[in-house]
Amino acid sequence: MKILVGVKRVVDYNVRIQVKADGSGVATDGVKMSMNPFDEIAVEEALRIKEAGKAEEVVAVTIGPKVCQEQLRTALAMGADRAIHVETDDQTQPLTGARILKAVADKEEPKIVLLGKQAIDDDNNQTAQMLAGLSHWPQATFASEVVIDGDTAQVTREIDSGLETLSVDLPAVISVDLRLNEPRYVKLPNIMKAKRKPIEVLTLAELNVEVAPSVTVLKTSTPAKREAGIKVESVDELVTILKEKGLI
Amino acid sequence: MERESMEFDVVIVGAGPAGLSAACKLMQLAEEKDQELMVCVIEKGSEVGAHILSGAVLEPTAMNELFPDWKEKGAPIKTQVKGDEVYYLTGENKGIKTPNFLIPKPMHNEGNYIVSMANVSRWLAEQAEGMGVEIFPGFTASEILFNDDGSVKGVLTGDMGVAEDGSEKDGYMPGMELLAKQTIFAEGCRGHLGKQLMETFNLRDNVDPQHYGLGIKEVWTIEPEKHQEGLVVHTAGWPLDDHTEGGGFLYHMENNQVALGFIIALNYTNPHLSPFDEMQRWKLNPKIAHFLEGGERVAYGARAVNKGGMQSVPKLSFPGGLLVGCDAGFLNGAKIKGNHTAMKTGMLAAEAIMESMLAGDISSKELSLLDEKYKASWVFDELHKTRNFGPALHKFGTVIGGAFAWLDQNIFAGKLPFTWHNTTPDHETLKPAALAKAPVYPKPDGKLTFDKLSSVFLSSTNHEEDQPCHLKLNDPSIPISQNLPLYDEPAQRYCPAGVYEVVADENGEKKFQINGQNCVHCKTCDIKDPAQNITWVTPEGGGGPNYGNM
Ligand SMILES: Cc1cc2nc3c(=O)[nH]c(=O)nc-3n(C[C@H](O)[C@H](O)[C@H](O)COP(=O)(O)OP(=O)(O)OC[C@H]3O[C@@H](n4cnc5c(N)ncnc54)[C@H](O)[C@@H]3O)c2cc1C
Ligand code: SF4
Repeated sequence: MKILVGVKRVVDYNVRIQVKADGSGVATDGVKMSMNPFDEIAVEEALRIKEAGKAEEVVAVTIGPKVCQEQLRTALAMGADRAIHVETDDQTQPLTGARILKAVADKEEPKIVLLGKQAIDDDNNQTAQMLAGLSHWPQATFASEVVIDGDTAQVTREIDSGLETLSVDLPAVISVDLRLNEPRYVKLPNIMKAKRKPIEVLTLAELNVEVAPSVTVLKTSTPAKREAGIKVESVDELVTILKEKGLI
Repeated sequence: MERESMEFDVVIVGAGPAGLSAACKLMQLAEEKDQELMVCVIEKGSEVGAHILSGAVLEPTAMNELFPDWKEKGAPIKTQVKGDEVYYLTGENKGIKTPNFLIPKPMHNEGNYIVSMANVSRWLAEQAEGMGVEIFPGFTASEILFNDDGSVKGVLTGDMGVAEDGSEKDGYMPGMELLAKQTIFAEGCRGHLGKQLMETFNLRDNVDPQHYGLGIKEVWTIEPEKHQEGLVVHTAGWPLDDHTEGGGFLYHMENNQVALGFIIALNYTNPHLSPFDEMQRWKLNPKIAHFLEGGERVAYGARAVNKGGMQSVPKLSFPGGLLVGCDAGFLNGAKIKGNHTAMKTGMLAAEAIMESMLAGDISSKELSLLDEKYKASWVFDELHKTRNFGPALHKFGTVIGGAFAWLDQNIFAGKLPFTWHNTTPDHETLKPAALAKAPVYPKPDGKLTFDKLSSVFLSSTNHEEDQPCHLKLNDPSIPISQNLPLYDEPAQRYCPAGVYEVVADENGEKKFQINGQNCVHCKTCDIKDPAQNITWVTPEGGGGPNYGNM
């Protein structure tokens, strides 16, 4: 069995995001970039499934410009067997991303596609669902536990009211949540080996997919600053002020 | 415990200008001499540049030697210095522009560039990797490894996944031994391994103690009409008194950004002084404020510098290894520039290694060739010329000492036939708190001045929470029993990240609290603690600030 894992390059979660002065997006020049933390969890889960003898191969795939290969190297250093880079300098929106992943899945024929539940840059939380829809595969999102049992996967998912366990037939798309696992530290020798592993580069033309943005971003802005609060002496004062502001 | 190990010809600790220049030069020489060389660099920051903080006005001398074609290669060195202004601030609202002819020569900046050294380091790392160097960011060199004969055989990388109580967490990964014929230590100012090496091999015999400064820096995006790309502004005087050395800088970089900061000599005597608050209020002077008003602060950080100069440079070689850059202390204190000397001494170490290697086996040998090369280089000439600059300020205060520095540098070109010494280490200079007046600092206004916590937030500092504290107290009782009554525990004020607090517990009993996860790795506590009771050690790899273009 083969597992395909999606890996996205995003601004590191420690970095304090700065919006560009012209509101056209978030500044990424000289900013630390990393693998989307949810994708790291997805890679880890794929490796654990393989190490448990339930899969033979883990293939990492990313979409984006050349620099994204850094994140594929991280996946390889963690233990992925192969890496595929779909090269494009255009921004990929979820639907395009899903179309590209479908094309890669058609080629690779994995039994499971493991994705992060969302990327922390745009928080869309759409790609996994769209991919399942396009592929007519079952989906299990927000996984906090994955158990592979022959041709099915038992997936426990975190929902508002607690935990829900689904059984899906494979092939399936699974998106992972924060509590699924704790990704491993990478070892130095594995980083060295990962640098030497080849990365397969595919173009959109080869995959027969067009980048057609379906959503236009109008403006990016920082959240409004919270005004400093004031301390009131008594309940009466509070009530008066609330009335003055027309809030009660 | 049996540990895994990897062998290299040369292991370099620290991916700053010194370490990376050493790596690049080694590969260039290896190619020239047709040698196979395995070189690795380890860096405690999560990526190269994450822990690099500098001004920076770069003197391109060493870069010209290392990569004569750095322009064509696209180095991020673009903004030439176009104007050079020095102000003597006489009070919160006043300052006078110092005429050009009155400025000591080393402070002139024609031909230099305003850069982000973090970005220059990233570029150097790309060059090094392109030539086959293995660079491992996110890994610390936590310990020095010795052979039975006492020579250095390499370093141990820090364990990953250790809990606060020392137990192994899920996914625990023991550190690895990185073994090398020669290990180059390029940790920058107050390297924690460098400090041990100087003790172990008596490298500081017959030299003055090292002297330090703390630099606190911010990056602002300012209103385009106020921005003058290439303008360099320095200030002396206010808010410091005549007995405290230090000064401010403000450099106009690209993209409407300015880098600004304040450096305070750590031999200050008033235990109530807070370098952070001095830096904050310095911005209120109109000479600085007029640039910042209407702008936005985007980054914050701090780092110590060593400024002892020639008199404080230790021996550089010992069996199995070499010290380079600010780990040894090559910053030119008169210019407050250490990037070019860091790069150059890294390159000299590479030359010493390659030349010795061609002559025989270098494993665990002491390559004193580096000490010779340093003495014959322009780094030595430069430090020799400015050797009396720092001690003059220290001896006579900043006004008279400053006047001497001008005479010494502009009239005598550093050739006066004597050398002054400053033999009091910085941790011994504090006066008792009862004898010193506490400065009154203005409350942060949230526009130009800020508090420590919102500042540290902009350094993007992060440490894995559940890990042993990386700030070790030799004697945990000293902060409360000794430092508090004597000096009102100065760690509360000198730490620019608010790591140290004296708090009262439920019973009203005073307690010393260490918020290690806020640490920006500036090393000031290791330097200034009057009892020399705090030892900075490496936290889990990748922890610490995540500087962008500092
Ligand atoms: C506020 C300020 C302003 C300055 N302005 C200027 C200026 O305008 N011009 C100028 O030329 N110089 C300036 N300097 C000085 C200059 O920044 C230093 O001289 C220079 O950074 C020294 O380079 P280095 O490579 O020796 O050390 P660093 O730049 O300190 O690099 C050391 C690297 O080693 C890593 N490291 C340390 N210990 C370990 C370990 N145990 N394991 C793994 N990695 C480790 C660190 O994370 C860091 O990345 C300034 C310094 C400051 C603080
Ligand atoms: S704890 Fe020490 S090294 Fe860390 S920021 Fe504070 S003074 Fe600097």
